[in-house]
Amino acid sequence: MNITVCVKQVPDTWSERTLRPADSTVDRDAADPVINELDEFAIEEGLLLTEKLGGEVTILSMGPDRATESIRKALSMGAARGVHVCDDALHGSDALVTSAVLAAALARNQFDLVILGSESTDARTGMLAAMLAERLGLPQLTFASRVDTDGQQITVRRLAEYGYDMVEAGLPAVVSVVEKINEPRYPSFKGIMAAKKKPVDVLSLADLGLDPGQVGLAASATVVGSFAQRPPRQAGTIVADEGAGGVGAAEFLATGKFI
Amino acid sequence: MAEILILAELDNAPESGAPDNAGALKKVTTELLTLARGLGEPAVVWTGPGAEAARDRLAEYGAATVYVADGPEYADYLVAPKAELLAQLAAGHDAGAVLLAASPEGREVAGRLAVRTGWGVLTDVTGLAGDLDTGLVAEQQIFGGAITVQAQVRSGPPIIAVRPNSVAAEPAPGAATLTPVDVTVSGPAKAARVTRRVQEERGSRPELTEAAIVVSGGRGVGGEENFALIEGLADALQAAVGASRAAVDAGWYPHQFQVGQTGKTVSPQLYLAVGISGAIQHRAGMQTSKTIMVINKDPEAPIFELADFGVVGDLFK
Ligand SMILES: Cc1cc2nc3c(=O)[nH]c(=O)nc-3n(C[C@H](O)[C@H](O)[C@H](O)COP(=O)(O)OP(=O)(O)OC[C@H]3O[C@@H](n4cnc5c(N)ncnc54)[C@H](O)[C@@H]3O)c2cc1C
Ligand SMILES: Nc1ncnc2c1ncn2[C@@H]1O[C@H](COP(=O)(O)O)[C@@H](O)[C@H]1O
Repeated sequence: MNITVCVKQVPDTWSERTLRPADSTVDRDAADPVINELDEFAIEEGLLLTEKLGGEVTILSMGPDRATESIRKALSMGAARGVHVCDDALHGSDALVTSAVLAAALARNQFDLVILGSESTDARTGMLAAMLAERLGLPQLTFASRVDTDGQQITVRRLAEYGYDMVEAGLPAVVSVVEKINEPRYPSFKGIMAAKKKPVDVLSLADLGLDPGQVGLAASATVVGSFAQRPPRQAGTIVADEGAGGVGAAEFLATGKFI
Repeated sequence: MAEILILAELDNAPESGAPDNAGALKKVTTELLTLARGLGEPAVVWTGPGAEAARDRLAEYGAATVYVADGPEYADYLVAPKAELLAQLAAGHDAGAVLLAASPEGREVAGRLAVRTGWGVLTDVTGLAGDLDTGLVAEQQIFGGAITVQAQVRSGPPIIAVRPNSVAAEPAPGAATLTPVDVTVSGPAKAARVTRRVQEERGSRPELTEAAIVVSGGRGVGGEENFALIEGLADALQAAVGASRAAVDAGWYPHQFQVGQTGKTVSPQLYLAVGISGAIQHRAGMQTSKTIMVINKDPEAPIFELADFGVVGDLFK
C-alpha cells in the first residue's frame, strides 16, 4: 500500500502572523514555520496504515526552500521519502493553482491513497482534498475521524454536522483527516538520524511540465486586494464576582435583549 | 440581469425534514438569497426531494427561480454530484456568480466547481461589497480573526462560500418558480458512496452554526456531569451548546459541538464562554460573534480580551 501525504508548511499558529504589505500574501518569514498541525495527523494515519498493510509513505510538499525542514520532520516520524515542489514562480499561488501543482506531482508516481489534513491553519480553505479528487478523477473521503482499508476498498467515518456519515469507495482515493483520528507520534532520536539519509526529490515547475505562466500570484484566479488588522474589540466591562457578578450579568443580557 | 446561482444548504441529518424534506432547508440559504439579490436574479439550486414544501420560504426571500434536481444521487454520493450539477447549470444559464454556504460540504462543492470551471473561489466570506460589473469584493477574516482581508475573483464568475450568520437575512418577495432540471450524474461522480448517516444527540436545541445565541463550556466546566449546567443555561436562553476542544477531548461533550479551528465556526448575536481560556484555535471559531460574554475564574485568561462583558469568578458560585 503506497501512500502519499500532502504536508504544508505554515506559520506557527502561536506566533504573530501577518501578510506582506507589498502583495498581501502570507508573510512566511515573520513567524516560525511549522508543519500544519492537522497534517501531522495525516502523516500518522499514513504510517499506521503502512505498518499494518505494508508499503511506504511519501511526503509531498509545495513550498519555499525552508519547507524542506517540515519534510525532514515528517521523514523523522517514519515516512520513507519526500517530494518537494519548489520554484520561485509558485509564490502567491491560490488554492486552485496549488491543487493543479500537487495533482501534477501526484500523477508522476503510483499510489493507492493520498492523505491530507482537512484544513491548513493559514489558508483554512478546507478545499484541497476535494480539488485534488476532482483533478485526479478519484473518490474523495474527507473529514475522516476513522479510516479502514484492506488495500482494495476503503471506508471512512466522516464528521457531519449532526454526527457522522459512513462513506465507502474503491482505491485509489483521496482522504482528508480531522484531529480526532489518532495521536501523532514524536520523532525518535533514531528516526531523526535516519531521516537525514532519506531521499527528497526537489522538483521545479519544468520537472512537472508546468509553465510558470500558469502558476503563482499572477495566474491565480483570486487575489487579496487589501488587508487590515481587525480593530480591537472595544474594551468590555469586566467585573469581579463577589456575589454581584450574577446580577451584573443579568443586567447585561437584559440590555442586549437576550433575555 | 445575470442569474446568481445559490446552492440550497440542506440538513442531511437522518431525522431532519421528515416526511417531505421541507424542514431540511437551512437558514443560511436565506442569507445567501439576501446577498444574491444585490447582485442579480437569485436562482436557488435544490437537490433531492422537498423543493415544493420549501418553496414559500424561498419565495419570501426573493428566489426568482428554483432549479429542482430531484434525484437520490445528491445525498447518496459525496460532494461530486452537486458540483457536477452546478457546473452544468452555471454554464447553461450564463450565471453571474455562484453562492454556497461555507459548511464543510459547501466549501468542497465550491472547490470542485472551481476545478471544473477554472473560475476563482473564495471561502468563509463574511461580507460582500461592490457589484459584478465593477468587481465584487469579498471580506474574509483570517488568522483567527486578527486580520480582515478584501479579496477578489479575477477569473470567471465568482464562486463564493459564505460563513453562516454573517449577514442578516431580509425578506423580499420573489416568484420562486419551480423548474425541474434533468441532469444525469456521471459515473465518476458517484465514486464515494454514503452508506449510512448517523445522528448523534442534538435534542431540540438550535443548530450550532445557525443559532442566535451559543453557550460554550470548556475545561473549566470540570466534568461531563457539569455540562448539564451549560445545557440548562442554554435552554433558558434558547441557545445552542458549544464546547472547547479540551472539553470534547476529555469526553465531556460530543465532537460535533466543538467550536474553533477544527470545529465549527460560529458567528451568533451572543457567545457566552464559560471556563474557556481563549486559545487562538478556539478564537478562530468564535471571534466574529457580535457580542461576547465570558465567565472565567482567571482574570488573566486571554478570552477576556474579546469580552464585551466578563465575570471574573467561579462558575460554580
Ligand atoms: C490542531 C489543533 C486544533 C485545535 N482546534 C481547536 C478547536 O477547534 N477548538 C478549540 O476550542 N480548541 C482547539 N484547539 C485546542 C486549543 O489550543 C486549546 O487547547 C483549547 O481551546 C483549550 O480549551 P479550554 O479553554 O476549554 O481549556 P483551558 O485552556 O484549560 O482553559 C480552561 C479555562 O477555564 C477556567 N476555569 C477553570 N475552572 C473554572 C471555574 N470553576 N469557573 C470559571 N472558570 C474556570 C480557567 O481559568 C481557564 O481559563 C486546537 C489545538 C490544535 C493543536
Ligand atoms: N502547499 C501545499 N503543499 C502540500 N500540501 C498542501 C499544500 N497546501 C495545502 N496542502 C494540503 O491541503 C490540506 C488542506 O489545506 P487548505 O485547503 O489550505 O485548508 C492541508 O492540510 C495539506 O494536507
